[in-house]
Amino acid sequence: MKDNQRQTEILAVLKTVDDPELPSVSVFDLGMVHDVVVLQSRVFISMVPTFAGCPALEIIEANVQKAVDAVDWVKECQVEFSFKHNWSTDSITAVGRENLKKHGISPPPKNYHPGEEWTVDCPYCGSDYTSMDNVFGPTACRSILYCGSCKNPFEAMKPVIKQSIIQN
Amino acid sequence: MTIRETAADAKQDPSYLKALTELLYQLADDDFITSFRGSEWLGLAPHIEEDVAYSSITQNTMGHAVLFYDLLEELGAGKADVLAHERPPKERRNGIYLEKKNGEGSYLEEPYYDWALTVVRNYLYETFKKTKLEAVATSSYQPLAMVAQKVLMEQTYHLAHWKMWLKQLQGSNDDARKRIQSRIKEAWNEFQDVLELGSESQSMEQFNLITGEQIVKERWLEDVTATLNNIPDAPLDKRYGSGRNGEHTADLEQALGILAEVYVSDKQAIW
Repeated sequence: MKDNQRQTEILAVLKTVDDPELPSVSVFDLGMVHDVVVLQSRVFISMVPTFAGCPALEIIEANVQKAVDAVDWVKECQVEFSFKHNWSTDSITAVGRENLKKHGISPPPKNYHPGEEWTVDCPYCGSDYTSMDNVFGPTACRSILYCGSCKNPFEAMKPVIKQSIIQN
Repeated sequence: MTIRETAADAKQDPSYLKALTELLYQLADDDFITSFRGSEWLGLAPHIEEDVAYSSITQNTMGHAVLFYDLLEELGAGKADVLAHERPPKERRNGIYLEKKNGEGSYLEEPYYDWALTVVRNYLYETFKKTKLEAVATSSYQPLAMVAQKVLMEQTYHLAHWKMWLKQLQGSNDDARKRIQSRIKEAWNEFQDVLELGSESQSMEQFNLITGEQIVKERWLEDVTATLNNIPDAPLDKRYGSGRNGEHTADLEQALGILAEVYVSDKQAIW
């Protein structure tokens, strides 16, 4: 098997490793996988952390390691988190955005301006009659909202995007 | 401007390394002590939603401190855990105002903490943090520039939160207004050293690690003036000295004593 076929195989594996805080959404679909390099039986995975204070990073690293180690031809696997690239919620894939809803979590809004208030549609009924309860939710990456239409509380992934820095 | 891409590049020049290290200690220690004072409020915030919000901010802020301690570790300053837990007060670089106790008592017994102090302090600090990180986001030390940009993406939520609290209390009843105003007056006597870069200030600028101290201060003042109803007439002061030069109060010792208690009891423990 060639290295690029093997790389495709590893990417397929990464699509099965879910974020422990967001079951049903893979680390791949969250946009956390920056690069996968395969050299024969050795695999190097570079990952981008989501929130700086996220306590799940070590668990994610261990889960990725375990899943890749289970592939029969893999003799060595190195997983590394690096801040050389900045994760933003724009990195979440279309599949990831759909899968978030399965657990009552709305994907982040697309027209967000940093520092301003934002809103999203209800993940259950699709209504836009929603209100923000608490921008800070059970984890750093989630907020708590309420749907006035179907009367369900729900969560949303907090939008985090690159800011334009005032040049000096 | 000479860009330094790695820790090895930074270590080539001892005077560059010294200025960079000093700047990183300021960034790390400010977030570290702010996060600790925040953690003391856990379970004590005015209402349950605030408890969730404040603890989330506090956890994330500690995550930011870790990023800066990690950069120091890469530069050979020592292990991040050791830097956070074991350095004595005279080696700490946080601004003195940030170490001030939340109030009398302890979080376990009779915590007479003051919410006005907390709102004023967090608002002033988060506004400052944004300003300083923007001045660092184009730093000549690339790993630091990257981390600053990352932290800015998340910190915008923290600032918005405290700004909202401050505006609401300022626009509330007489009691709230007075309490906020008296804490602003107090801050004005103490905040100056937070805005300073300490003894390595000139090198930091020369090496393009950060845009100048003066710019950071001016932008901070501009933002704060636009939000606060009343700015004290007196000039900003540093009543207790300069934390940037290792001067601190007994309040920092108290904080470190509690914070490192478990760590010191078993340094071999794996977390």
